[in-house]
Amino acid sequence: MLLAVNNISVVYSDVIQVLKGVSLSVEKGKIISLLGSNGSGKTSTLKAISGLLKPENGKVTDGEIIFQGRHIQNQSPEIITRMGIIQVLEGRQPFKYLTIEENLRVGTAIRPNKSYKDDLEMVYNYFPALLARRRARAGYCSGGELQMLVIGRALMAKPELLLLDEPSLGLAPLIVREIFGIIKKINEEQGATIVLVEQNANMALQIAHYGYVMENGKIVMEGRAEELVENPDIKEFYLGMAASGDMRAYRDVKSYRRRKRWL
Amino acid sequence: MDFFIQLVVNGLSVGFIYGISAMGFVMIFKSSSVLNFAHGELLAMGAYIFLVLVTWVELPVYAAFLLTMATCFSLGFIVERLFLRPLIGEPLIFVIMLTVGLAAMFKGLILLIWGGNLHTFPDFLPSWLSLNWGSVAVQPVYTLALVVGTIFLVLFGIFFKFSSQGIYMRSVADNQRAALSLGVNVKKVFALSWAIAALVAGMSGIILGIINGVNVHDLSAIGLKVFPVVILGGLDSIGGAIVGGLIIGLLETLTGGYISPSLRDVVPYIVLVFILMVKPYGLFGQVEIERV
Repeated sequence: MLLAVNNISVVYSDVIQVLKGVSLSVEKGKIISLLGSNGSGKTSTLKAISGLLKPENGKVTDGEIIFQGRHIQNQSPEIITRMGIIQVLEGRQPFKYLTIEENLRVGTAIRPNKSYKDDLEMVYNYFPALLARRRARAGYCSGGELQMLVIGRALMAKPELLLLDEPSLGLAPLIVREIFGIIKKINEEQGATIVLVEQNANMALQIAHYGYVMENGKIVMEGRAEELVENPDIKEFYLGMAASGDMRAYRDVKSYRRRKRWL
Repeated sequence: MDFFIQLVVNGLSVGFIYGISAMGFVMIFKSSSVLNFAHGELLAMGAYIFLVLVTWVELPVYAAFLLTMATCFSLGFIVERLFLRPLIGEPLIFVIMLTVGLAAMFKGLILLIWGGNLHTFPDFLPSWLSLNWGSVAVQPVYTLALVVGTIFLVLFGIFFKFSSQGIYMRSVADNQRAALSLGVNVKKVFALSWAIAALVAGMSGIILGIINGVNVHDLSAIGLKVFPVVILGGLDSIGGAIVGGLIIGLLETLTGGYISPSLRDVVPYIVLVFILMVKPYGLFGQVEIERV
């Protein structure tokens, strides 16, 4: 087991509780997908793992996070990133005034003074679109290019565990397909372990090995991706299909009635 | 005509020194968005340390210069460690107020040790440093400022553009959250930017000390002069600081020469207001890149 999250609670500013006992485990070399609606606690879970809760005044108040046998809850991001956990933030956070190549070089921050030329080449191989734009300022690149950039930047760190927060956000379906294809390829070729947080459950379950569904700060369902795709509730609420498997029509206005509460 | 050329030469020389004095200020603002009100006192520290090494310890000038640079670098590092690090994550206004306090502390410390009198460096500049074209002359100290300032500028340019540490520093200035997520050591970046800023401040303090003599009140007043310079050039642009310095220097000497010496401190600010109405980020300040 590469990462084990045991029953963690997360509280922001000492009063706002967002996670109420979340447990999950991540096996080496697998893609784990974390699904759920807005505000269900997916991003907070990732931040608890990567240590980025701390600068936002959040804290793991209960439970434990174990990575490669070491407790890492409430550690600083400097330490956690150096252990090999890199989070790609939601909403593409490039360094706007740096060029594409300089952005990628920041990815080497956890292992400075080492040669990065081979890694640059590896990233450009996965994302040829970046090679053509390497001297352009990131602030002037398109959304698709930026998503490739931030994933590539994280790859430069050679992470043991890559946390991807909504890579599909605000991108055209074709670009989403392309990026998910590359994520799958990175997992297969580099053996990278990936935790993927997504709203786009359909795409996420296509490439993931295992999935968790979150609601209201709790895990409400888990299972192998193939099983989750077949689950009638998942089908209806996350994949947008009626229980029968057909596309749900908007005229079925009463469909919310069937909404099952897992709590 | 000679009078005009001499004024322009003087203005550019003084302006260049304003520019390099402002460089350290920009460095800190760029990496941590902190306005350092203790900048003038850092200049003064550099000048006094050099004074001690040259007149009391009687080191050769080159050795004294290098040792002053090293001391200022460590001083900046220590100041960040002791006073600023505990405030990381607190609202910026606290940090800025802290620099106001630091300014008072340094000033008091200098007055305590050296008093408020004017000290002077021994005259060590060789006369071949002065340049003459006909009746137009450049004093040796301005030639020195030009040479040393240019060396520093080129070195910093290379450092920030090509070295990994320089790129990490720029990444923190650009997007601190993203830099944290990639494991950039933000504390180290802040410490380094204070150290570099103190080093540049010390360097310009020495040059100002050669020109005006070493006096804590005069030197810390120059610290205030960096404000129009950096606001004009753009708060986050090192090149802008130099250009801003040159413009302010030129305006000052031209006003002093042609209109009235008593207006020389006023006209630059009037021009500043007009320029800011056209370019609110300063001449070379980064305009926020907005994505829709």
